[in-house]
Amino acid sequence: MLTLDHVSVRYKIGTFGGGSLLAVDDVSFSVERGSVLSLIGESGSGKSTIGRSILRLVPAQSGRITFDGVDVSTLHRRELKEYYRHVQGVFQDPFSSFNPIYKADHVFATVREGFFPGLADRDWRRKIEQALEAVSLTPADVLGKYPHQLSGGQLQRLLVARALLLDIDVLVADEIISMLDASTRIEVLNLLGDLKARGLAIVFITHDLSLGNYISDETVILKKGRVVEAGPTPEVYGHPEDDYTRALLAAVPHLGRRWT
Amino acid sequence: MSLQVDDLCVYYRSLAGDVKAVDGVSLEVHDGEIMGLAGESGCGKSTLGKALIKLDTRMRWVDGHVTLDGRELPVWDDAAMNDRRYADVSLVPQYAMSALNPTRKLGRMARELLESRGLDFAPVKPELVRRLELVGLEQSVLDLYPIEMSGGMKQRFVLVLSTLLNPSLLIADEITSALDVSTQKAVAEMLVGFRDREFIKSAIMITHDLSILSQVANTILVMYAGKLAEKASTETIVEAPRHPYTRMLIGTLPEVGVRFADRRLAGIKGRPPSLLNPPEGCRFRDRCPLATARCAIEPPYRSCGDGHLVACWEAAA
Repeated sequence: MLTLDHVSVRYKIGTFGGGSLLAVDDVSFSVERGSVLSLIGESGSGKSTIGRSILRLVPAQSGRITFDGVDVSTLHRRELKEYYRHVQGVFQDPFSSFNPIYKADHVFATVREGFFPGLADRDWRRKIEQALEAVSLTPADVLGKYPHQLSGGQLQRLLVARALLLDIDVLVADEIISMLDASTRIEVLNLLGDLKARGLAIVFITHDLSLGNYISDETVILKKGRVVEAGPTPEVYGHPEDDYTRALLAAVPHLGRRWT
Repeated sequence: MSLQVDDLCVYYRSLAGDVKAVDGVSLEVHDGEIMGLAGESGCGKSTLGKALIKLDTRMRWVDGHVTLDGRELPVWDDAAMNDRRYADVSLVPQYAMSALNPTRKLGRMARELLESRGLDFAPVKPELVRRLELVGLEQSVLDLYPIEMSGGMKQRFVLVLSTLLNPSLLIADEITSALDVSTQKAVAEMLVGFRDREFIKSAIMITHDLSILSQVANTILVMYAGKLAEKASTETIVEAPRHPYTRMLIGTLPEVGVRFADRRLAGIKGRPPSLLNPPEGCRFRDRCPLATARCAIEPPYRSCGDGHLVACWEAAA
């Protein structure tokens, strides 16, 4: 459904943008409805850049990103807005995704202004309740609160609920659990699993291999912008072909098994 | 014995009252021991670490004593602590990567730090260079600005710099959390290497990641809501934890091999209680699956054999 076809992204760097850095180098993969694909790599591997280019936050210099057969880079104004109805992102730091001056549910109000200006109050409330229920939050716990009154896990789930208001098909989850505690982390991860069961396609970006293994159906391992290994998760983890993948897997800390 | 903490209480001042972040903590760290300090955010683990080196302005020492190598550590007296900081107790802060001054080259930063302690840079420099090489950094990094180095390099530099005077105790606060798996492994192994080479006598490694602690720590101490929950050797904590909180923390870890499709791991429902007015009795009671009526009385933190300490009525039975 969402397909990347030989995508490359180049950033301008240096004082006057004289230099350039190839952040994503000829990457191809596709995600289907009802599946989780994880992009795994170390810092600088281009995994976030890929997520941002899917969300059209950075342009791809070459290659094509298509959503249901339509080239994403050709979308303008109304079409682009329609695209965002279907494709949304949630990012790493829940505390900086919210404006501390507004109450946390302000993020819902902006969605209403942008996408559902004509909806009656009652219908809108019901929609919010449904979205909150989908992320297992109780409305009384989170509505009308300021961001500092909520935990990181609650804020992160609020952002997922915000994305769900838009009947999305694709969720780009960029390191959404790396700032959370182990105890809440697993609940947000299970939420992604539940959303997958509802038919969403999820692009899960992480540097944590054990989390990627837990949740994803397909795995793409990236190194310096290039794909080094890709395939079904059990294959990649069970029979890594590439030395880099093997080195990464060896560095994952396990309980009860010491590094050698 | 290297470090002994007796009944330490450190509160945060706030307009609404005292936040009891460290509330009656007693512990020992022996020479050569790397103690892991684990728990969720807001359980007081960073506060405990900070209290041993520098109280920030909002923190207030209330009670308790700290002894390091037989000498009292005057944690309540910021000025008196100055002589002990860096030389006896040192810290690698949570965001070590941003602990470096962006306007200074690393060499100048090291020189200024030593001069602030009344030491000359020149005689120490060869040792600094030797240790940098030990962690895979060349002497030329001393001519770089922090912005020219990667996160892992900065982390290694800070670790070398903060242990340069061979402190007795190193407090390592979340030093691996922001790093990639391979860098994480390298930094964690460095800490062990520094202990083995006796650059440091003992260390407290604060993190919420039990799987990294299981790799490097000799003992693990689990804190919950300002109190100690359980302490034992790493093997015991991993294989036979007694406190329900420790068990649940371990249960949330997705090991490579466990998949959502096969087995759904459970998180810990709820949040740690507010430490402004902590609940009476066992503070884990509201989230605990084993809680009974007697948990309304605070369980004692006591031994259940062979250096294994636990604060739970159900577990100690």
